[in-house]
Amino acid sequence: MFNVSLKLEKRPSDSQTMSFLSPLLAILLTLICGGILFALLGHDPLEALYTFFISPLSDAYGWAELGIKVAPLLLCATGLMMCFKAKIWNIGAEGQFIMGGLGGSWAALQFMDASSSWVLVPIMLTGMASGLAWAAITAYLKTHFKANEILTTIMLNYIAVNALLWAVHGPLKDPQGFNFPESALFVDTTLLPLINEDYRLNISIFFGLFAVVAVWTLMSRTWVGYQIQVLGEDAKAARYAGFKENQLTWFALLTCGALAGLAGVSEVTGPIGQLIPSISPGYGYAAIIVVFLGRMNPIGLVFASMLLALTYMGGEMVQMEMALPKSLTGLFQGMLLFFLLACDLLISYRVVLVKKMLDKKVSPSATVDAA
Amino acid sequence: MARLALTGITKAYPGCIANQDVSLEVKAGEIHALLGENGAGKSTLMKIIYGVVKPDAGTFLWEGQAITVNGPSHARSMGIGMVFQHFSLFETLTVAENIALGLPKEEGRDLAALSKRIKEVSQHYNMGLDPERYVHTLSVGEQQRVEIVRCLLQDIKLLILDEPTSVLTPQEVKGLFKTLNTLSEEGCAILFISHKLDEVTELCHGATILRNGQVSGDCNPQQVTSADIARMMVGNDTPLSEDYVKAEGKEAVLSIRELDYRSDDPFASPLHKLSLQVKAGEILGIAGVAGNGQDELMALLSGEERCEKKAINLLGEDIGDLPPGLRRKLGFAFVPEERLGRGAVPDMSLQQNALLSSSHLGLINKGLINFAKVSEYAQNVITKYKVKSAGLSAQAKSLSGGNLQKFIIGREIEQNPKLLVCSHPTWGVDIGASILIRHALIDLRDRGAAILVVSEDIDELYQISDRICAICHGDLSPIKKTQEVNIETLGQWMAGQFGDESAGPTEGEPAYV
Repeated sequence: MFNVSLKLEKRPSDSQTMSFLSPLLAILLTLICGGILFALLGHDPLEALYTFFISPLSDAYGWAELGIKVAPLLLCATGLMMCFKAKIWNIGAEGQFIMGGLGGSWAALQFMDASSSWVLVPIMLTGMASGLAWAAITAYLKTHFKANEILTTIMLNYIAVNALLWAVHGPLKDPQGFNFPESALFVDTTLLPLINEDYRLNISIFFGLFAVVAVWTLMSRTWVGYQIQVLGEDAKAARYAGFKENQLTWFALLTCGALAGLAGVSEVTGPIGQLIPSISPGYGYAAIIVVFLGRMNPIGLVFASMLLALTYMGGEMVQMEMALPKSLTGLFQGMLLFFLLACDLLISYRVVLVKKMLDKKVSPSATVDAA
Repeated sequence: MARLALTGITKAYPGCIANQDVSLEVKAGEIHALLGENGAGKSTLMKIIYGVVKPDAGTFLWEGQAITVNGPSHARSMGIGMVFQHFSLFETLTVAENIALGLPKEEGRDLAALSKRIKEVSQHYNMGLDPERYVHTLSVGEQQRVEIVRCLLQDIKLLILDEPTSVLTPQEVKGLFKTLNTLSEEGCAILFISHKLDEVTELCHGATILRNGQVSGDCNPQQVTSADIARMMVGNDTPLSEDYVKAEGKEAVLSIRELDYRSDDPFASPLHKLSLQVKAGEILGIAGVAGNGQDELMALLSGEERCEKKAINLLGEDIGDLPPGLRRKLGFAFVPEERLGRGAVPDMSLQQNALLSSSHLGLINKGLINFAKVSEYAQNVITKYKVKSAGLSAQAKSLSGGNLQKFIIGREIEQNPKLLVCSHPTWGVDIGASILIRHALIDLRDRGAAILVVSEDIDELYQISDRICAICHGDLSPIKKTQEVNIETLGQWMAGQFGDESAGPTEGEPAYV
């Protein structure tokens, strides 16, 4: 008598192939489910998917727009990668991004009569410091009170949003702005230089690429990076080796805060050019997906942030072309993460067909001493 | 007719046989001890009785009838109760609420009636327990009472206790024994799992000793000594061979002075005024049954836990409050008990793992890792200690226990430490690797290093130690030359009977007063 069933079985060692294939599989499943969704909404799925994923990149302008969105995603994701490597589950890149934008805007508004672009240096630094300070709250709560960083960072995200709303309705509101909740438009010297005058893409994309290379070097070549990795992989081994857990936690969180802050300030001094209530379409959250989709690998991170950037453009495109809601962006991002987490199960497990013989007699085989 | 009679119980896991042909009989009203070293198969046997694990072969007679236990709830309905070593209580609920959770619906619903029964039962058995109190306000001993009362509320016929005294104060132990005696007088059979031989001889009417998954002896603890039982636990037949020449230590490298320690962890064992010296060119062995303070002593020596600065002295420097890294710079090296998940990072390569504890050997230059040097160091360890692996990039977790242990021992010894502390150096390691590891330790000793070895393996300690002692309940026995200590004496020491000598320091040890 045989009884056949499917069973998950632990692999003897993690599959490298699956680790690489899992994101691709997740993207494929997302596309299939997205297609079904479009079909249910009464659209030709292939045409809709084309509109969502391909048509935004049909010209150079589209690619430049993609770069604008890749820059903040890449900066946030790079910082998050470092935290996640240490198993510090920082969900607060969004809040750190917003605070960076808020702090940077305040600085930019102090230089309304600046004649040289050098004022960008203090503006950028203020933005970074603001994000860093926001992350410092989490680091302090974690190292002193063992407060769970997932909770504190999420709560701080909401506080950051409200701080931003308060600022645009209050102290940073443009006095000549007809009472709109917006700051004054920043002057040209406080805006990030454009790479090409025909497009909106600015030098923040270089910040992102530089950050990826710098953090990757740090993690793979330096003693600090090694310690962060050990801490994340095996906290007991880190204690055995005598690594300073609290210091490493501070380091990872502050670095992430500064990078997310830089992303925030680059956004207000870049494509937006002023402080508005909605400076982030959720870059800090999307960056979490980028980190996992990119396998915490520098090249993977670049590609993953391009894909996530595309979901923002695709959402706008289907809204314009097909009158579908822009919130499809969030739906696609969510599906992507959902399928990725599901597929990741296959890295350490495999599906096997079990043929079970009923009434099997078990008999002890080899005699080995119990360990 | 025995209440519980097991015959020929066998349970095999892939790669090891946890229980082989185990027979055990417990009569009504008997307090029966189940003894054995770590890994002897006690837990597996317990789980078989409680229905958590199904045996591959053997018969299970319950009051004369052959049955199969289908699971813990079935076992409970038969009248078998079990108190695990680590409790399963919700701290934010009251005693009564916790107990109600484990009861069938109809019984658990009426909290007032339940509280009354809890009071009655706990008073009857001399265990003061207030059903209204929240569990987080209870001491560990009181929490254990909750677990026991939970078992007693049903019609209990066999109570299994897994190392119940490990978390109790001596007074609480006395109280527990009183309760157990009352229960036994009422005809309840008790299976008492313990490491502590003195308690077994005090309390139990019968004992079964397990070794390597097999029964190595049955005895009546009232009629034999603790030392006899210890002998059965560690084995009679294994020759206590003496292959290595014993050495005489020179100047002291490590001095521990009156080390008192109590951890926040209720499951940890406190240390009492522990003093010892390890000298250059000798191996000091500390015997003892697990859980008597060895882990705490190791963590204090390695710097993972800190104590008063002056309590630990390494080569003239007080290091009690120093972190691990600074201790290593002074010539300290440490092989922990856990290979994977402390001594080595499971998912990292051997190359990366080589760096874990040896960063002070010039492998780091201005914060940058010198990978060439790290590789060289790791390769040297792999070659010299015959570590079988897929190379430098092999993950630590892909190695067999013996090979990973050789790697870790090699990594520590190649730092040329002045003091090497090893916890269970050959635990769960095959014979070939054990020989290589012991040989490496002797070599290091002959090069003039001081070595401290903690082990449960008595044969090993006799083989490699130049001086030997035992730890029990956080107290250290006298330290003597290995040749002068016979196994009976060592067995007594392991049971905490240090004789008259325990009062003062011995054999040239300076008195720290």
